[in-house]
Amino acid sequence: MIVSALAFYVFAAVAVASGVMVISSRNPVHSVLFLILAFFNAAGLFVLLGAEFLAMILVIVYVGAVAVLFLFVVMMLDINFVALREGFMKYLPVGAAIGLVLLAELLLVVGAWSFAPRAKTVLDAPVPAFDQLSNAQALGRILYTDNLYLFQAAGLVLLVAMIGAIVLTLREREGVRRQNAGAQIARRREDVIEIRKLPAGGGGQ
Amino acid sequence: MIPVVHNPVPASAEIFLALAAMALLMVGAFWKRGAQARVASVLALSILAVAGVVLIGVTPPRNVIFHGQFIADHFALFMKLLILIGSGLTLLMSLDYIEREGMARFEYPVLVLFATLGMMMMVSANDLIALYIGIELQSLSLYVVAAFKRDEVRSTEAGLKYFVLGALSSGMLLYGASLVYGFAGSTNFAVLAKLLAQGAPGSTSVGLIVGVVFVMAGLAFKVSAVPFHMWTPDVYEGAPTPVTAFFAVAPKIAAISLFTRVMMGPFGPLVMEWRQIVVAVAIASMILGALAAINQTNIKRLMAYSSIGHVGYALVGLAAANPSGVRGILIYMATYLFMNLGTFACILSMKRQGKMVETIADLAGLARSQSKVAYALAIFMLSMIGLPPFAGFFGKLFVFLAAIEAGLYALAVIGMLTSVVGAYYYIRIVKIMFMEEPASPFDRPQGQVAAVMGLSAIVTLLFFVFCWPLFYAAEAAAKVLIGS
Repeated sequence: MIVSALAFYVFAAVAVASGVMVISSRNPVHSVLFLILAFFNAAGLFVLLGAEFLAMILVIVYVGAVAVLFLFVVMMLDINFVALREGFMKYLPVGAAIGLVLLAELLLVVGAWSFAPRAKTVLDAPVPAFDQLSNAQALGRILYTDNLYLFQAAGLVLLVAMIGAIVLTLREREGVRRQNAGAQIARRREDVIEIRKLPAGGGGQ
Repeated sequence: MIPVVHNPVPASAEIFLALAAMALLMVGAFWKRGAQARVASVLALSILAVAGVVLIGVTPPRNVIFHGQFIADHFALFMKLLILIGSGLTLLMSLDYIEREGMARFEYPVLVLFATLGMMMMVSANDLIALYIGIELQSLSLYVVAAFKRDEVRSTEAGLKYFVLGALSSGMLLYGASLVYGFAGSTNFAVLAKLLAQGAPGSTSVGLIVGVVFVMAGLAFKVSAVPFHMWTPDVYEGAPTPVTAFFAVAPKIAAISLFTRVMMGPFGPLVMEWRQIVVAVAIASMILGALAAINQTNIKRLMAYSSIGHVGYALVGLAAANPSGVRGILIYMATYLFMNLGTFACILSMKRQGKMVETIADLAGLARSQSKVAYALAIFMLSMIGLPPFAGFFGKLFVFLAAIEAGLYALAVIGMLTSVVGAYYYIRIVKIMFMEEPASPFDRPQGQVAAVMGLSAIVTLLFFVFCWPLFYAAEAAAKVLIGS
């Protein structure tokens, strides 16, 4: 028990600390790296909760794809981050005030938290016992059955995102030579290769 | 384990729309170059028409399917038909526009279809997750069509602004939804309604209230109610005009009906808690819609403020939180659809030597150069004020009646006063058209735009003749929603 408590505090403390570093470090590349550290620690917290599937997904999707994408954007686009930070001091009071209000709200919410009287009886997806079913199985059982509608609809959202990205960025330039697989496959040896007999020692003339 | 069998029939229209939109994507990709946009637009129009017929055919009075996540009822049918009409007529109006303005790509009708599908899913959402996915499908398509004129700075800016603020509002919505889920342990609307009804009045937990408020903030952003309206004028002005027409009608109708369903259904038991918020938002929207529009010179910006005001009036019906309030919202949105489409058809015909103009001053003397357009626009403006016998009068009448029935006298009085203030800028447009010296004349409005204008003008003008079936339909739809 003491080990898991210790692990929790380590993961939680590192996650919070790296979260602070994400927004406070001057170098944007460092920010992204701290973000990755925060993701890893959150994955550790998930493992402690017994949600190993979510932990793996977090690492694969957020570290493997999203954070690396951020890194690409930060390193490849020539964004002047000093200019982006201009006006930071000007907006600080407003931002701090909103942050304080949100913090007060959060404290109120967490402090006076209560569950609906009969919430336990209506849980959408009760967590199965860990020794009977693995995480991935439990998720798969409801994802493709009960939540079929949401699953398909989420697929449509991704399709629209793809169409949007193509529509807004694809530019067809004139005079670009494209690969034509059909023509390549239809090419026959006889059409393009000519074998000539050359006299020995003639120098190819 | 027991296999799960879903009954997809009540959602046939949505399923058809999804499959047809994907098929249209293929048609567009493989059709011969040059004609794709027009072919896709015409096909999309017929797809919307078929979806409407299917919808009327399959919608039961009330049926919950897909594990309680999708609800098909007469309330949804009413709103979905309005949405389909709105999407179809805006597609019709953009047929020539997209070719003229160099945005003739087949993805445009495809994205409009996906947006329409998202809106229908919003209207039929019976679960917080289904609500969110519907909103995202709709918004994501709308962000892209807002930026569709990608070589023009204003259009790109509109798309980007809409995207960033839309993402923020989605964040608020999700935060609220997670708090609600944390309280109740379920995202299903029916379960939520049952659980929330059990608490003693006045003893609701703070966390739940904060969650409801955040959900409301997210939805208020989607309907562009004050104080979440800031994106509206910029997006309306920057987006291509037929896209603005689309924004002004279909997504508004979808978001208002989602708002109504969420507040009257799962959060219905908390009416005493949320009513004050809706009242405040409605009053702020009506006042801002009336005052901020006065100084506008660009007619698209003016229509943005006008639509903020109209959302305020529709929310009066929601604040009443009774069946007549819901009926008022339904009738209001039906009248709103036609007068807005008509106005945008008029804006689309503001064209000199093939160039679009957008300032109100350009309308000077329109009555003498293009008298038909001028008379149509005058009808729409008078209807927006709420003058009898035009359509807008009935919408306002029913929401105010509902507010009085619910005892919200102050709200009804403020609504009437802001209508009078708002009348100023609507009448100013009429005055500019009929009494000022003509500027150089506009081109003749082109076929489809003129058709939409004429149809909307007839509906708006003769609404009182054939409105009774609509009233009955709205009443039945409201009963279904409240009775659930």
